[in-house]
Amino acid sequence: MISGRNKKHSAAGVRREGASASGISLRQRYNGWLAHHRQSASDSLERIFNAPVSSVLTWLVIGIALALPAALEVGLSNARQISDGWNSPAQLSLFMKDSVTAVQTETLREELLARPDIAEVIHISRDEALREFTALSGFADVLDSLEQNPLPNLLLVTPVSGANQSMTLHAELAADPRVAEAVMDMAWLQRLNNLMELGQRLVLALGGILVAGVVLILGNTIRLAIESRREEIVIVKLVGGSNAFVRRPFLYTGLWYGVGGGFFAALLVATALWFLGAPVADLAQSYQSTFRLGGLGIMGSLNLVILGGLLGLTGAWLAVSRHLGSIAPR
Amino acid sequence: MITFDRVSKRYAEGHEALREVSVELGRDELVFLTGHSGAGKSTLLRLIMLIERPTRGQIIIDGENLAKVKARGIPRHRRNIGVVFQNHQLLFDRTVFDNVALPLVIAGYEHREIGRRVRAALDKVGLLARERALPITLSGGEQQRVGIARAVVAKPRILLADEPTGNLDPALSAEIMQLFEAFNQVGVTVVIASHDLALISRLRHRILTLREGRLVSSGG
Ligand SMILES: Nc1ncnc2c1ncn2[C@@H]1O[C@H](COP(=O)(O)OP(=O)(O)O)[C@@H](O)[C@H]1O
Ligand SMILES: [Mg+2]
Repeated sequence: MISGRNKKHSAAGVRREGASASGISLRQRYNGWLAHHRQSASDSLERIFNAPVSSVLTWLVIGIALALPAALEVGLSNARQISDGWNSPAQLSLFMKDSVTAVQTETLREELLARPDIAEVIHISRDEALREFTALSGFADVLDSLEQNPLPNLLLVTPVSGANQSMTLHAELAADPRVAEAVMDMAWLQRLNNLMELGQRLVLALGGILVAGVVLILGNTIRLAIESRREEIVIVKLVGGSNAFVRRPFLYTGLWYGVGGGFFAALLVATALWFLGAPVADLAQSYQSTFRLGGLGIMGSLNLVILGGLLGLTGAWLAVSRHLGSIAPR
Repeated sequence: MITFDRVSKRYAEGHEALREVSVELGRDELVFLTGHSGAGKSTLLRLIMLIERPTRGQIIIDGENLAKVKARGIPRHRRNIGVVFQNHQLLFDRTVFDNVALPLVIAGYEHREIGRRVRAALDKVGLLARERALPITLSGGEQQRVGIARAVVAKPRILLADEPTGNLDPALSAEIMQLFEAFNQVGVTVVIASHDLALISRLRHRILTLREGRLVSSGG
């Protein structure tokens, strides 16, 4: 709070409220204010480093609390990346009416291919389908005994767009008079999307709880710091220190704890991803996929550190506004 | 400079610490405030510093009614008053220099100016050579002089001292009183609370006597 430790008698301060005493110029006062900020910042950091064990513990607690939702979010965005890869070819199967011949089906295929929202159409004629089915099912005898082919002509349609528009396409194609039934196997996709939505909400809820936890932890840490410097605060108030002046070093303490916590969180997430990276790559390879786990990236890590800093400031602010007022000279 | 107009102070516990105190202290005056323990000396000083507010009556300092000073204005008010305490109220993890510099740091002085003024104040109390020392390594009298240097470093117009010689032997006490007289001579209004009648009656200054919260004598 007061500038200068033993080694350096630096000095500065603020006069936020009130007129100047003994004619300090505005410029001087600004310099003094700046110097006190610098001093508070380095003083708080020094205090944190002077108690390394408890400081690292605080950083770790905050780091873990921030790393949990961050890691979940990273996992979710990886899952989203995978599901996006599955999403686009949501195939439609068009079963033709019995009366529709293979030639007519072929005509429809060409019509459909001309549409801009359809990427690919494969025609599987009923004969072809029966042949394939016979070969695969092993029911050759049974099928041979049938008088006529029970299978319809089939078109396999691959839309260009994502799942949303394939719904409308589905409705349109089902309405075609030549089509007996249009089947879109979307249920699993929908289910996956629902799961992702659920995961997203889980991240938000968990994130909210843990963020509140971080603010409380930091608030408590700052409360203890205030408590341990009670006498000093009283003296500073006695000789005319403003609330802003008294508050400043504690806000910096909160900031450093938060920033350190954010840094630890980024470190934890990176470590976890590194730990999982190799097995995930092996797994992906076994599915002939080149998928690689994505991480937080520099921006994500930086955001985590900034978030930590903001939470630290918030916690310190809460503690300071709750506890500093009650410390007054007697 | 300081005017008390029928000031009463009743603490929350119901004890009436000051009753209808009216007194006027002139600019450049050095005044002793005396009375038995519990007479209300500290309370009177606390009212001037706005550590407490009067229950009734008005206090006017340099033309300003203290009732008009809101909580936000208290730090600024205190920066214009130097205080010396019986128990020094020093920061024991800071050097003598840093302790004395505190009011200047709060007021926003620049580094170089602070160095100049702190040394001037330490010189006046005879502790220039000890600026790097920690207060714990100083004697009681030296600690008290550090407290005085801190009280005067920002050149306040009012200097308050609550039992400044309470823990000191007579020789040291006399030295401390000489210091206060020196500051008074350069135009500072000085109010010293002390129950050491033997000491203060030897010095020829006005003496205010409190008894159970009443001002029973305000002559010199
Ligand atoms: N904060 C307080 N709360 C309640 N009573 C107090 C408080 N401070 C002082 N008193 C009472 O007010 C009276 C005057 O106290 P004080 O001004 O400290 O006297 P002195 O400084 O002359 O010894 C005493 O009876 C004391 O017990
Ligand atoms: Mg007293």
